[in-house]
Amino acid sequence: MDDTSQDIVRIEGISKSFGPNLVLQDIHLSFRAGEVHGLLGQNGAGKSTLGKIIGGVYRPDGGALFVNGIDSTGWTTRKALLSGVATIQQELSLVPGRSVAENVFLGIEQNRHGMLTGSLRRRFDELEERCHFGLKAETRVRDLRVAEQQKVEILRALAREAKVIIMDEPASSLTADEVERLHAVINQLRCEGRTVIYITHSLGAALATCDRVTVLRDGRWVTTARSVDMTEEKLVEKMLGRPTDVAYSPRRSLALPNRKVLEVSNLIGGPLVSGATLEVHSGEIVGLAGLVGSGRTELARLIYGADKMRAGDINYLGEQFIPRSPRDSISRGIVMIPEDRKKQGLTLSHSVQRNIGLPAASSFRGTTGLSNMKEKRRAEETVSRLGVVPANVRSAVGSLSGGNQQKVLFGRWISTSPQLIILDEPTRGVDVGARLQIFGLIQDLASSGAAILLISSDLEEVLGLSHRVYLMRDGRTVGEIDPSTSAVDDVLGTLFGVFKSSASGVDQ
Amino acid sequence: MSGRESRDGFLLDDPTKVRGWQLGKVTGDSALGMARSYAALIAFFVLFIVLSCTAPGFLEWGNLLNIASQQSAVAIVACAGTLVIIAGNFDLSTGSVVAVTNVIAAYITVRTGSVWIGLLSAPITGLVLGTINGIIITYLRVHSFLATLATSLVYSSLAVLITNGALISVSASGFDYLGDGDVGKIPVSVIVLAAFALIIMFILNRTVTGRHIFAVGGNKEAATLSGVQVNLTHIKVMALSGLASGIGGAILASTILSGEPTQGSSVTLASISAIILGGTSIYGGEGAVWRSLVGVFLLALIGNGFDLLGANQFYLDLVTGLVIVSAVALAASGRRR
Repeated sequence: MDDTSQDIVRIEGISKSFGPNLVLQDIHLSFRAGEVHGLLGQNGAGKSTLGKIIGGVYRPDGGALFVNGIDSTGWTTRKALLSGVATIQQELSLVPGRSVAENVFLGIEQNRHGMLTGSLRRRFDELEERCHFGLKAETRVRDLRVAEQQKVEILRALAREAKVIIMDEPASSLTADEVERLHAVINQLRCEGRTVIYITHSLGAALATCDRVTVLRDGRWVTTARSVDMTEEKLVEKMLGRPTDVAYSPRRSLALPNRKVLEVSNLIGGPLVSGATLEVHSGEIVGLAGLVGSGRTELARLIYGADKMRAGDINYLGEQFIPRSPRDSISRGIVMIPEDRKKQGLTLSHSVQRNIGLPAASSFRGTTGLSNMKEKRRAEETVSRLGVVPANVRSAVGSLSGGNQQKVLFGRWISTSPQLIILDEPTRGVDVGARLQIFGLIQDLASSGAAILLISSDLEEVLGLSHRVYLMRDGRTVGEIDPSTSAVDDVLGTLFGVFKSSASGVDQ
Repeated sequence: MSGRESRDGFLLDDPTKVRGWQLGKVTGDSALGMARSYAALIAFFVLFIVLSCTAPGFLEWGNLLNIASQQSAVAIVACAGTLVIIAGNFDLSTGSVVAVTNVIAAYITVRTGSVWIGLLSAPITGLVLGTINGIIITYLRVHSFLATLATSLVYSSLAVLITNGALISVSASGFDYLGDGDVGKIPVSVIVLAAFALIIMFILNRTVTGRHIFAVGGNKEAATLSGVQVNLTHIKVMALSGLASGIGGAILASTILSGEPTQGSSVTLASISAIILGGTSIYGGEGAVWRSLVGVFLLALIGNGFDLLGANQFYLDLVTGLVIVSAVALAASGRRR
């Protein structure tokens, strides 16, 4: 099939990096008119980034993008839309307070000198007649279910005569029957000769819906194959099959004696957690593995007191513990490093010194109020201990690299001698060198007696660092494994729900 | 890996986003960066020198102290208002609190016959009204802009109700000490302003509360997850702003020897303009009290210059408005994304 005449989108050698992190590397790929093409890969494989480059959100660092044979490298979302390439983002971008029809025609309203002309209603009915989505023009988008809102987004794309529709994880927030309806819509789009680029986690859905699938791994192209030639097992193999390129220092044996620091049973609460059971001992690194949306972060927030628990038991240091607020948890020696360090962790415009000193501000008391010198000294000690570069504690945290920002976030808590440290994606957006330093830091913290709950989307990281690993799916802990005897693909299979029997189940 | 590092090992995650938070820090090495960061201060000194050379009578202690004394109420409100804006809030009720408290000061003085009780009742009332603002913002979750817009109506209405729309004259001797008295040659109101400004600076820079004010305004989510009591911090800044307005109200009542519900109406706009003109970020998380003082006195110099040079007063607001827009635009020009 070397006939390129039917390629509607062609990608030639595209690369993209964010700061020091190379997220896409020399990708060659083409999408044909009238095909549904799945983009698969682990978290961080680069599928969303690729979708965003095609949709004009990101500009590639190298390589070229051709749409309809025209060089479209580095175009804008607006140009992409005008050329018939529409993206349906993971987070829907609708105006919730306005009607379906208004949302569909937003930005392409018929007008004369800025005054609306023609009937929105008639245009909408024409569109709806073609698609039979069963949407009413006047319904306010706010009142629709997420799947219906997605249909509005799709209609919006169709109203612009989009030839290529990129869907980024459209099924992630849908129920099973909604997913089925979405797939019916995708089939219909194919029948109309449109191209759908379907970015998804769900292997089964990809194989059932797509004509071809492409697997990415670590920003590199792995394979493109017809769906009929693939199986879910093969896909998992392709998504993983790499030699480990990060050297993990050998797992350290547990320091004895260790005591139970945290015991959680049947915890329910927050937006997603519907039954979590786990325990963590002092000196132990316990991993929590699961896909995005499986409730790992939400579980961490419950234990930290950032969200409210509704049912279940938490036992902390031998006493029943009901987390009330982060402040309360911190005072008991529980700290958390949140997953999004820019939004939840640091104030980027403030200095390293201020960011490190924030929770310990009261310990800087001097004779005339807080002493800047004490704060500075504390920050300098932390910075040199963690090897933050540059070592200038007055520089804004926002000017540091991801790895150094993460170290600053560790530094905030390290001097408070916490008993339980919850780490949510501690190496996200961190380059390889800094990753290794952070791994060492985590192991040091455990060796010094802290209990560590480690959340990471990088399975090899979880398996390489942890003494024990809990698996989470759909808001529940669905198994516990010994990482020294577990293979990554078995674990991934369990997480994707492929090999349901393979994990040693502690299903409740 | 080493190949991706820049020469000094200083890695940038997303270089386009770094510039601009740090007016005068990242961009600060250049002359333009300095100009951006210290625009109001530079303008203040330029205007000061120009007026010294051109306006007869400007550079005299009497005139300068008079300016300071006239601005004391607005400056006190702007000092506390700086904390409000750094914490990411707005207080649009300051003018109304000034109105209520200046009426209360007069009313209580007339009722009790005690100047002390009368003048002290104003800041206490202000503190209470400010705390109410804080509670509405936090526990009722009303955006500060809206909450204080609404309470400003309520508070000015209270001022009118207390006086029945009239004016309460105070004849008690010593009532004018705060607004019109001197210690040596320095007006009492200027001493109060200096003391209040120092206290606010101390709170902002030398206390845990100050750290928390910056943190809450800089990144609320991060502050919460770091154990900062976000609601309490909001209430504290709003209470301080109320207290400052109360002190301002007492000074005004003492200056004009009466309580008038129409007093203070210009304070809200004047204080916020001064804070922004000084260079405190309207988005929260950044700012300084001295900047707001510079803002207040820059605006005051413009007004004083108009007086001394005999310029047409009709142009005063026009010039003031243009100065504010230019200063803010200059600061924003360093904020390209």
